Amino acid sequence: MIPIKVLVPSGVLGLGFDIQALSHGIKNNPDIISIDGGSTDSGPYSLGSGTSKYSRAAIKAEWKTLMIAREKANVPLVIGSCGTCGTNGMVDWMENITIELAEELKQHLKIAKLYCDQGKNYIKKSYKLKKILPLNPALKLNNKLIDEMTNIVALAGAEQIQECINTGADIILAGRTTDTAIISALPLMKGADPGSSWHGAKVAECGALCSTNPTSGVVMVEFDKAGFTVEPMSKNAYCTSETVAAHMLYENADPYILHEPGGFMDVTNSNYYNIDKKKVRVEGAAWNSSKNYRVKLEGAKITGYQTSLLVLLRDANYVKNIKKWTDKLSTFLKKEIDERMNINTSEYSLEFRHIGFNSILGELEKNQESPVEVGVLCLITSKNKISTEIAKLINPFLLHFPLSTNEELPTFAFPFSPVHSDRGCVYEFTLNHILELDDPMDAFQIKILEV
Amino acid sequence: MSTLGEKVKKIRSKNAGPFWITVDVFCGDKKVYKDVRNKLKNSKISSLFMISEQDLKRFEIDNLNVIKFSFPRKTIQGDIFDRDMHGAQLAVLLSEMKF
Repeated sequence: MIPIKVLVPSGVLGLGFDIQALSHGIKNNPDIISIDGGSTDSGPYSLGSGTSKYSRAAIKAEWKTLMIAREKANVPLVIGSCGTCGTNGMVDWMENITIELAEELKQHLKIAKLYCDQGKNYIKKSYKLKKILPLNPALKLNNKLIDEMTNIVALAGAEQIQECINTGADIILAGRTTDTAIISALPLMKGADPGSSWHGAKVAECGALCSTNPTSGVVMVEFDKAGFTVEPMSKNAYCTSETVAAHMLYENADPYILHEPGGFMDVTNSNYYNIDKKKVRVEGAAWNSSKNYRVKLEGAKITGYQTSLLVLLRDANYVKNIKKWTDKLSTFLKKEIDERMNINTSEYSLEFRHIGFNSILGELEKNQESPVEVGVLCLITSKNKISTEIAKLINPFLLHFPLSTNEELPTFAFPFSPVHSDRGCVYEFTLNHILELDDPMDAFQIKILEV
Repeated sequence: MSTLGEKVKKIRSKNAGPFWITVDVFCGDKKVYKDVRNKLKNSKISSLFMISEQDLKRFEIDNLNVIKFSFPRKTIQGDIFDRDMHGAQLAVLLSEMKF
């Protein structure tokens, strides 16, 4: 069965890919088509709320193209981390899309679903048994925090994807998985070099980002007993030893080591060289199995409810003194909120960001030049929905608050009506931990259906 | 005196998971790489990003002429006080640094 060819249409479903490159990939007879469906890259909202970052229509359109390609190639199609966060609900969401498309396309399919949600009781029990260990930086964990989490998922690795492949499914809809596992699973199963299976998967996990033309999306990776070869499928994309090697740097805190369920990959001794203008050959990555099988956990909880207000200031004196203005305003408002609403500062947070000065870098900003205008973004976060009411109390002062007592009442620019925007629930990540398992399937379930 | 950004090919920063930031300095060629590697001290990086030197990881990747720094982020990604979820604008601090 070696070599094994894995076709990766893009870094994530929803981002788009070059259709011609995909059809070129299909012509090259892949053994499996693997695509990622999610990440924590956009912050905690997706996991916290259990929703997809991308629109359903965008996902459906791209998934349709891949389902047609899959039927043509007659190989399994795998998606990992369904619906951005990979919760069970998002696996079912993806199943729903798949069933709609199967009907439209008149395809008969065997579908395997991999569930990665973790129950709170199971997590509490594992924590008590010291099966949950903190990673660096360590976050606080206790039963109360576990109870507060809205979603907890474990990241599946190659073993769980292999279980799904073994069911003979045409389509595998996986919950949260590592980006690499959906690519490495088949080559590892078929006896390809383990270090290279993970390394090739890491190189291809962002699609054509490892090439000269990242937006073209599609890459093919061929795995064998000694290494792997990567080739972009677009006519206008090239892999060079540098673009491939450099991909290990991207979004990786450590450019040599990658931890995965069951061990870690080490690419310190890897060699990269161009076979031709497009293809790069890589050998030399090592795989180190760990004694215990561990999977990473992700969790999120509600921080509170947030309301924002934006006011714009053009008056040169106010622009120059913006920090002084918001400091003064903040002190004044906290007193008003306490006196008029009977709400203590411990029940909410009030923050002002100066757009034009240092709204991105904050205290790290070195450039102290004064801009022509400044936007003041006011953020209120409260444990309950009172943030809207606080924003309404703030509104007139944001519009008229004077720097000094002896001046005519100023009026600044509000760009919106209503001025406040309710941002709803905001979430925070709560887990940076690993979970030890006796068997890789202990924390995961597979469901099969035929349509 | 020029800036580091003017001297090297590219500087980028990015979140590496929700808890880390990583910064890649692509020096372009061996000569610049050696120069930057020797002159760019960890103490300078830690003061620029206001992190402790102990938390800073440094990698010198000879075959790519890249110097890489990774450190835990001061606010977790998406926290209410986070100002740049992807941390990609942090690279500017290094780019605009006098070198």
